[in-house]
Amino acid sequence: MDTREAPEKRHTLSILVDNEPGVLARVAGLFSGRNFNIGSLSVAETTDPLVSRITIVVPGSEIILEQIMKQLRKLINVHKVIDLTDQPRVERELALIKVKGKNGDRAEILRIVDIFRCQVVDVSPHDYTVEVTGDQDKIEAILELFARFGIIEIAKSGVTALPRSKKGEKK
Amino acid sequence: MTAYTGAKIFVKCLEAENVDLVFGYPGGAVIDIYHELDQSDIRHILVRHEQAAVHAADGYARASGKVGVALVTSGPGATNTVTGIASAYMDSIPVVVFTGQVPTPLIGNDAFQEVDIVGITRPCTKHSFMVKDTKDLVKCISRAFHLARTGRPGPVLVDLPKDIMQTAADFSYPEKVFIESYQPNYAPHQGQLRKAFDMIVKANRPLIYGGGGIISARAADELTTFARRLSIPVTLTLMGLGGFPADDPLWLGMLGMHGTYRANMAVGNCDLLIAIGARFDDRVTGKIDEFAPNAKIIHIDIDPSSIQKNIQVDVPVVGDCKAALAKLNCFADGLNGRNWAEIRSEWLGIIQEWKSTRPLAYCQTLDGAIKPQCVVEAIHRLTNGEAIIATEVGQNQMWAAQYYHFNSPNSFLSSGGLGCMGYGLPASIGGQLARPDRVVVNIAGDGSIQMNIQELATAVHYNLPVKIAILNNGYLGMVRQWQELFKNRRYASTNITAPDFVRVAEAYGAVGLRATRPNEVEPVIRRALEIDKPVVMDFVVEREENVYPMVPVGQPITKMLLV
Ligand SMILES: Cc1ncc(C[n+]2csc(CCOP(=O)(O)OP(=O)(O)O)c2C)c(N)n1
Ligand SMILES: [Mg+2]
Repeated sequence: MDTREAPEKRHTLSILVDNEPGVLARVAGLFSGRNFNIGSLSVAETTDPLVSRITIVVPGSEIILEQIMKQLRKLINVHKVIDLTDQPRVERELALIKVKGKNGDRAEILRIVDIFRCQVVDVSPHDYTVEVTGDQDKIEAILELFARFGIIEIAKSGVTALPRSKKGEKK
Repeated sequence: MTAYTGAKIFVKCLEAENVDLVFGYPGGAVIDIYHELDQSDIRHILVRHEQAAVHAADGYARASGKVGVALVTSGPGATNTVTGIASAYMDSIPVVVFTGQVPTPLIGNDAFQEVDIVGITRPCTKHSFMVKDTKDLVKCISRAFHLARTGRPGPVLVDLPKDIMQTAADFSYPEKVFIESYQPNYAPHQGQLRKAFDMIVKANRPLIYGGGGIISARAADELTTFARRLSIPVTLTLMGLGGFPADDPLWLGMLGMHGTYRANMAVGNCDLLIAIGARFDDRVTGKIDEFAPNAKIIHIDIDPSSIQKNIQVDVPVVGDCKAALAKLNCFADGLNGRNWAEIRSEWLGIIQEWKSTRPLAYCQTLDGAIKPQCVVEAIHRLTNGEAIIATEVGQNQMWAAQYYHFNSPNSFLSSGGLGCMGYGLPASIGGQLARPDRVVVNIAGDGSIQMNIQELATAVHYNLPVKIAILNNGYLGMVRQWQELFKNRRYASTNITAPDFVRVAEAYGAVGLRATRPNEVEPVIRRALEIDKPVVMDFVVEREENVYPMVPVGQPITKMLLV
């Protein structure tokens, strides 16, 4: 059976790793070396300074995902790999969008900012820099709306995510 | 506690790991280590090229079942090890490679003989360390050995900056290594095994397909017991050879691209395939969609990522092959006495038919050229099948696999996954050092032997009586075979010349012998085996002999080209 033919789906993997130099290179190298795609990747230290969390969004079939997770678990610096895709989770990405602000457009831009509950974090006579936090759909939606004003530059953090706590769970 | 320099701690770590041998090559970055090593009881084998140091450590590991150790300097010393490391990685061989590195303050500055060897080898090591503080040296080295030998074994690299080896720290070696994020699963799931066993009992045409995992898990005895107990025929991969005795009637020979007719046909016709310590490599499966098309598949392996990687299986079992087979044997004990030989007689009869109609074959005439297969058979005969056989890569390797019928594990040293020419001679040196009591023969090709021929100097220097049998066809034979079959016999760059191997041997201080006619083969081998020195045997063989059976790339393994 050809494992590369099954339907693709977007998966969000949360990976706890040793917070050491070279670990990100091992994870990223595994993806490139084995011809797996990376949709987005974000990494930062957790409350334990010895541990970092890497969140990777990967497109792929279930079979490929299983293989990716197994290969990740094989890395000695990897402590835990969770596929958040099919469980309740909070998933966020942050985008900074620098959008052209011509005189006639400025009010409309601020209205959109308001509706989407984002923030203007920098402003000049010619443009606004807007900070948007949300899931990928929200960021895509706002980018679409801004497109007609002219987007000058954009920086995205990549997705980061946590599983939701079970409601009523005792601490 | 007394403080020691990093170099001294290094030596004490090796002693704590019971390392008796290190293969290496010195240089500026490791001069402190060599200074200490020289004052210890650990034997250092000075090779002539760092690639050979790793291959020798690999050969030592395969022949002894212990971890092989290599030590090299920074920069070119380190880069020269990469091929050796990649080969050990592909074949899951436990070696620890120590590389010198420039002093920590210079790292990243393009210092003299600096290379990022950790970065270069990341994809072909099981793990690697750069030691950045002398206090971490013991931890890194103990972990390196632990990682190399446990779980699915493999090469581990430890990079040692020069200043770290000169600074002092305390020494205390851990009794046990614990790595929280690394807990290989040895104990197979009982429920899965039970399920597997029930399928095995019910199967009409079961077949065991074993791989290198049988050797590394030391599971040959358990496998043999199990197969015999339930009369299940056995085929092994190149890496698994020796894991089941070739003189057993249940033995089918190797499977895959150059597998025997009966082994490949058995795969095509079995109704249950029991894969143990094998990984469904493309050289084994041929066209994967048509591999074992009529079979349910059980897959036992220590590495979860090997399971469901190339092929979807019905019963995955993650665990140690030895433990799994021992448990299956327990289950078998609990069966009431059924006559398995009789139950299997129909299936075994079909296999016997394949064997007798399509045996491994070649045609040797008395006055014609020497057939390379005949040389391997003669070596088998004259060493009573008890030698350790190393190989180079190409036709020589396949003929060795087909015609040296291995009866015991740790006897076959061959670069399987990487298929690395130049492996055999250094590996045979490692094998001979691991087993001074055994005859070690490197079955070589005239092309491959030229890739690490300088190691004759090592063999001579340490008086290691390895025997090198060159199947000299004047070609890069395996590539030529493909050109003959698939490229209209255009022998592009495969017509390779060689020096006079007899004189090369003599120049190195070894003994050189030559056979050009069939009746000289046995006398030359006999002579070589009598001489307690390295001997090079130059067998001038039929130039255009092919390895058969052969499964062309992309074909199902039941579609073989035969003699
Ligand atoms: C380092 C390396 N380079 C190239 C190859 C490709 N290759 C595979 S077999 C082979 C021919 C080997 O020739 P020889 O050692 O004479 O063996 P023969 O096949 O003739 O027995 C070559 C070039 C390889 N396996 N390894
Ligand atoms: Mg040749």
